[in-house]
Amino acid sequence: MFGRDEKVSALRLTASQYIILGIFLILAWGLWRLQVMQSDYYSLAAERNHTRNVPVLAPRGKILDREGRIIVDNYPSFSALLLRDSSRDLNGDADLIAQGLHLNSDEVRARIKRFASMPQYQPIFLKEDITPDELQFIEAHRNELPELDTIMAHRRLYPRNGFMAHLVGYVGEVSEDMLNQPAFELYNPGDVVGISGVERQYNTLLMGKNGSRQALVDSHGREVGRLGETEAIPGKQLKLTIDLDLQIAAEEALAGKNGAVVAMDPHTGEILAMVSGPTFDPNDFAVRVSRDEWNKLVNDPDKPLLNKAIQAQLAPGSTFKIIMSVAGWQEHIAQDLHVNCTGGAEFYGRRFGCWVKGGHGAVTLEKAIYQSCDVFFYTLANKLGIDRIAKYATDFGLGQKTGIDLPNEVSGVMPSEEWKIRNFKQKWFAGETISVGIGQGAVAITPVQLLRAVSAISMGGKMVVPHVINPTEMPPGYLETGHYTEVKSVALDPNGWNFITDAMSRVLLPEGTAPSAHVPGIDIAGKTGSAQIVSLTTRAKFKNSDALAQNGWFVGFTPRRNPDIVVCVLFQGGEHGRLAARLATQVIKAYVDKQKRTPQKMVEQPQNGTVDMGGLWSAPGDYGDKDGLQAAGFAIDLPKKRSVLATAAPGMN
Amino acid sequence: MSRYVSYRDFDWLLLGFVLLICGLGVMEIQSATVHTKFAGSHIRQIYWILAGVGVMFLMSLVNYQALLDQIHWFYIASIASLVAVLLFGTKALGAKRWIKMPGGNHFQPSEWVKLVLILAVAKFFAEMRQRELSWGDFFKAGAMVGVPMLLVLKQPDLGTALTYLPIAAIGMFLGGMQWKQGLAVCLAAIVGLGVVFYVPAVHVLKGYQKQRLTSYQDPDSDPQGAGYQVKQSMIAVGSGGIWGGKGTQTHGAFLPVPQTDFIFAAFSEEHGFVGALAVLLLYFIVLMRLTQNAQTAPDRAGTFVVMGVVAVLSFHILVNVGMVVGFMPVTGIPLPLMSYGGSSVLFMFLALGMVMNVRMRRFVN
Repeated sequence: MFGRDEKVSALRLTASQYIILGIFLILAWGLWRLQVMQSDYYSLAAERNHTRNVPVLAPRGKILDREGRIIVDNYPSFSALLLRDSSRDLNGDADLIAQGLHLNSDEVRARIKRFASMPQYQPIFLKEDITPDELQFIEAHRNELPELDTIMAHRRLYPRNGFMAHLVGYVGEVSEDMLNQPAFELYNPGDVVGISGVERQYNTLLMGKNGSRQALVDSHGREVGRLGETEAIPGKQLKLTIDLDLQIAAEEALAGKNGAVVAMDPHTGEILAMVSGPTFDPNDFAVRVSRDEWNKLVNDPDKPLLNKAIQAQLAPGSTFKIIMSVAGWQEHIAQDLHVNCTGGAEFYGRRFGCWVKGGHGAVTLEKAIYQSCDVFFYTLANKLGIDRIAKYATDFGLGQKTGIDLPNEVSGVMPSEEWKIRNFKQKWFAGETISVGIGQGAVAITPVQLLRAVSAISMGGKMVVPHVINPTEMPPGYLETGHYTEVKSVALDPNGWNFITDAMSRVLLPEGTAPSAHVPGIDIAGKTGSAQIVSLTTRAKFKNSDALAQNGWFVGFTPRRNPDIVVCVLFQGGEHGRLAARLATQVIKAYVDKQKRTPQKMVEQPQNGTVDMGGLWSAPGDYGDKDGLQAAGFAIDLPKKRSVLATAAPGMN
Repeated sequence: MSRYVSYRDFDWLLLGFVLLICGLGVMEIQSATVHTKFAGSHIRQIYWILAGVGVMFLMSLVNYQALLDQIHWFYIASIASLVAVLLFGTKALGAKRWIKMPGGNHFQPSEWVKLVLILAVAKFFAEMRQRELSWGDFFKAGAMVGVPMLLVLKQPDLGTALTYLPIAAIGMFLGGMQWKQGLAVCLAAIVGLGVVFYVPAVHVLKGYQKQRLTSYQDPDSDPQGAGYQVKQSMIAVGSGGIWGGKGTQTHGAFLPVPQTDFIFAAFSEEHGFVGALAVLLLYFIVLMRLTQNAQTAPDRAGTFVVMGVVAVLSFHILVNVGMVVGFMPVTGIPLPLMSYGGSSVLFMFLALGMVMNVRMRRFVN
């Protein structure tokens, strides 16, 4: 018991002081731990907090035609970015983000996971080319979802309706498989690269280099300052050898059909037009294509993703007879070969029919070419034997890649005795040679191979490498080899190729196989072909189903001597080569028409539309004298306007 | 009894240190709010401090013993005001803490209840007649603090409710608490926490409160909520280094409320370990000076009053700085004398006024 004035225990007061001291030591330790021991870590965290790396996207180079007209352009669009340098729980927000951007939330999470190994300051591209309402969603959720941001990107704009889609190709986000390849080691996930066609072949030229901007931001992600910027290096533009006017003509010719059209300058190997059908619209997957859409394209039996000009390996049918003729001529067999076609002939105990049931009667090489007599070429093939046929075919590049500057070209097959042993461990049967004589059997080539071979024959043995860009216009050091301009010389008897091309020029005449493709005033030499996919008897079993219809071929050039253009057409399911020939002549006509319209060092077209000309000619005169020399002046009305040539690929202007 | 009260006995040294801390606080408030919508807060803080010094002098004039004699009325009024808040209070940010006063001002009773509790506990233990705390008195003292605490918890205002605890604790400790009672307090605390956190049927704490209290253990579990605040605070403090830095966390608004609850983080970022330690040292000097005043108090009641203030101040510092350095959960307890806010400043100066009151009467007996 103690009184009111008794003091409080001094011991406990002192103890209180020590407790306070203890508390302060703990707090001081807390400060020491953060500010001295882990200062570097937190300084970095603070830096990450308030600086942000925003990529500055390099626009991809435009793709132009040979005259500089735009084929592929860019257009500005907004992309949704996911910033990872904030301390947000990204997976937790994934649902809301996915909902606002119309994505699948699992897809968003998978994406976050995929980019987990990347440096935090690099944002993830969530969605490209966002719609206005998605943009609105991002703007409206600045506070709730500060990790979402937008960036202006240049998105690829391809021509409409799949125009030139196969040649140009398309771009897409670099895939993980690609990143594992040495060629892509410098790329980062999320980079947009060329996936096919020219976009892929010349990706490094077109791509440019992204820059970046280090921005100072506050906690709401608002930019409050800039630390530095490395500028983006835009991709270089690429000029193709394609002539847009010809390309349009080729596209129109093949519209809605299966097959390929390729046109080339036989002097240089410059591809002037290249179409494959059916086509696809690369705008649909300029960035990411949905799985369904993709599967639909991949599983389509007409193979819209295949560039058939370089990737279809098919029997050339009767177009192969040109090669046969050359081989026969060079071997001095064809010149003097006379065959009586009765609609078929028997070789090695089997009957081989001619496509004309009643037979062609007496056939020489010339008639065999323009009438496409099978029996003649059976006989020729039998006399040549497979190895001699293979030698010439191989000399002209059949069964090999042409070296065209497009990705994924296939080689096709040119059979020989050695080929059969190597691949089938079987001896070549002489009977197989007979089918090869008319381009059937094991022969499988691509349209561009056939084009190149016939181009070489039309040029008297000068064989070029097809290419779609002009190597002289490429930046120095970009191309490692000059193989684009390599010209291979194949020995060819001038009389032979004169004779053969003369015979080919009768194909489109009334006595030929494709008279309906004749274009008045244009001297076209060519050869039709109809190649079976299956034997005629098999096809009959399937009730002549359209799926098994024969492929029509045509390869031709104009003019007959020193040609300007070679065209090869594959018309799958086209039944007969003359239909393919019609497609080819459309392209050739467009070419010739354009040549006529294009003033070549001639007078400029006068303003008033008339040209004064003088003329001299001999004719019976007014006074009855014979063959007097006449002279007169004319004023010729020229059409006021030339028909308009294309200014850019469809959808580009 | 107290006829010779003179300002010669006023603790000018203590006031000097207190004003030094306030000055650092004003400086930091200015720096942290300069480019925000709170710009100019430091001027208002100066007004509050001046007002605080004024009420401190007024408080020192009223004899604390006279106050203690009437304390039961104050206590009843406190409980009534807390009940009134629950019934008629203004709701803001999901909690009823304020009573709207005529003239547009808002009055937050829970702050001055703290003061009343200090006095009430002081009186209770001063009048105790045993050297050792009996179990009866133990529970009486517990109830005395516990009732207003529950009322404040109900608002809900966990932070302020917790600040009542040290008042009871220091009273009991100095009042002769037995070690069994200390053990009982610890056990009760452990069981209470267990029930609150792990028995879902008990709704003492709201979900956000639980999260606040747990997220400090793992700031990454809730980076944008309370965990975010702790994390940003740690980044701010840590990036300050030894000598202080540019204060990008504070100025980039990454640090939440840098002028109130996280002012120490802002200060630490800008002035580094050296600056932060200096501030802690100032607080320590103030606390030691206060305990010295407690020892020289004229009577038991005076000692209990001053030690009550010491306990509340220490608790605030522990919880606030502990939160800033990531040791403690976010409870919304400001740092006295530095954090911006009128209620907090006025309470501290009123409390100091009581300390001065006790000190000036130390030679009276």
